[in-house]
Amino acid sequence: MHPAKSVIFFTTASGAGYGLLALLIAGNILGIMPVDFWLAFTGYAVSYVLITGGLLSSTFHLGHPERAWRALTQWRSSWLSREGVMAILTFIPTGLYALHQLFFADILQGLMGIVGVVGIISCVITVYCTAMIYASLKPIHAWSNGYVPAGYLLLALMSGLVLLNGLLAVWGGTVALLQLVTLLILGLGVAWKVAYWRFLDSSQSISTPESATGLGEFGSVKLFEAPHTEANYLMKEMGFKIARKHAAKLRLITVVAAFALPFFLILISLMMGGVLSLIAVILAVLASVVGIVAERWLFFAEARHTVGLYYGASRA
Amino acid sequence: MTSLPINPPKKKLGLVIDLDICVGCHACAVNCKEWNSGGHSAPMTDTEPYGADPTGVWFNRIHSFEVENEETGGRTVHFPKSCLHCDDAPCVTVCPTGASYKREEDGIVLVNADHCIGCKLCSWACPYGAREYDEDAGVMKKCTLCVDKIYNPNLPEESRVPACVSTCPAGARSFGDLGDPESDVSKLVAKRGGYDLMPEQECKPTNKYLPPRPKKLGEDRPVPELTPVADSSAGVIARWVDKFLSA
Repeated sequence: MHPAKSVIFFTTASGAGYGLLALLIAGNILGIMPVDFWLAFTGYAVSYVLITGGLLSSTFHLGHPERAWRALTQWRSSWLSREGVMAILTFIPTGLYALHQLFFADILQGLMGIVGVVGIISCVITVYCTAMIYASLKPIHAWSNGYVPAGYLLLALMSGLVLLNGLLAVWGGTVALLQLVTLLILGLGVAWKVAYWRFLDSSQSISTPESATGLGEFGSVKLFEAPHTEANYLMKEMGFKIARKHAAKLRLITVVAAFALPFFLILISLMMGGVLSLIAVILAVLASVVGIVAERWLFFAEARHTVGLYYGASRA
Repeated sequence: MTSLPINPPKKKLGLVIDLDICVGCHACAVNCKEWNSGGHSAPMTDTEPYGADPTGVWFNRIHSFEVENEETGGRTVHFPKSCLHCDDAPCVTVCPTGASYKREEDGIVLVNADHCIGCKLCSWACPYGAREYDEDAGVMKKCTLCVDKIYNPNLPEESRVPACVSTCPAGARSFGDLGDPESDVSKLVAKRGGYDLMPEQECKPTNKYLPPRPKKLGEDRPVPELTPVADSSAGVIARWVDKFLSA
């Protein structure tokens, strides 16, 4: 599948944004984060910039961005529509909670706790809807499986945690518990990613050139002549091949930048203090950005679509 | 409304494509392009039609496959493919805007170009590659089953079939109501063992394909001995030359 830059930015940025947003609310409800206006303010600001930027960027690849509002109408059947609706609804409880925490923290505390929990659940559902846009597409074997929603949720949490560590380090109040949780989730993340790749390498779509043409009973089927000499929309959009050529290198980059480097850098920050800790965490955030983008790029580029079977692919 | 019709269409208009007859001439694709360039989803945009990398929207494309078999030998099968107007069309249910819809009255799957945002998700959801994005118009396009031709009262009755069907010089394409077991197309499908493409994708396509008939293999007849056709009544000089040169 063609990895559109706008969609990669959308899924990674909004994932990290929702992860951070949910963690800020959860951290405040549980009382495990230092109470600091500027920490909370920059935290919520970064979350909303990532979320809103991601959502806006997702409209850039549309043929008619001015009609994007129509995408909110078909939530009964379409995961893309559900994602849009949930993204907007999530602004309400999370926004109310953020305003309350920043400016009116001493009133309505019980009620706002409930609002906060609703906000956290909304973040989770929104990320789940994003994942289901892909996981619901049966023609794409690499996406139509349980690894995908689990991975989107895990990586949203993971990138949110790395960002939160960065923010805490900047405002001088690293929290050891959060750093330990981050290490745990980074470990889970790499385990999930390796398991996903093993699944991808050891399985293939149930559809074959034989089932695509229905000619299996006559023998093995391969393309003899394409319908035309030049690449068409389907071949450009669904038959993207560049990443598969470099898949091994890109996977290594993903493992190192998204998981290994942030793990060791946060470990260093956990053990050291002061400026070194700050530098380590900032580097972890930067590595994580590179790694998550590589991960998402591969997620698209490695996915094969059944339409390839009509254009010479031997498997999908 | 991009949910599928609540009452599944009783009438299911579609195509039956006979892979035994198709000669791969691409006439159906050409006439499709010609009719639909002025039809419901017009224009069928081409970019760089005379340039180095011409590309454009087609609703119907003709692939050719080679089927290899050790015992019966290979065969070439020409394979036209257009939208299959599925009963459980995933391209309809994934559409976030309601632009993509399946008609309750005849099962035809269409795109409302005024509502389409061009997100391309329907083309990802279709296992068959029936939908193509028009870069110029910014919307998705697909086979309309010539909805503007098959119901057109200005055309003579016999012309009210999709353009691909009316143009096929070999008679490989049939059009009709596949929801009616008594229709000619349904009988043809029953008689010839018509099948669905990729049934495992569970889209329940309306269009059916008829398999190539078994190859007629010749009996093993003894090959007659080859006998010289020239006699030895060559002239003196020719025989002398032959003898001289053969020495």
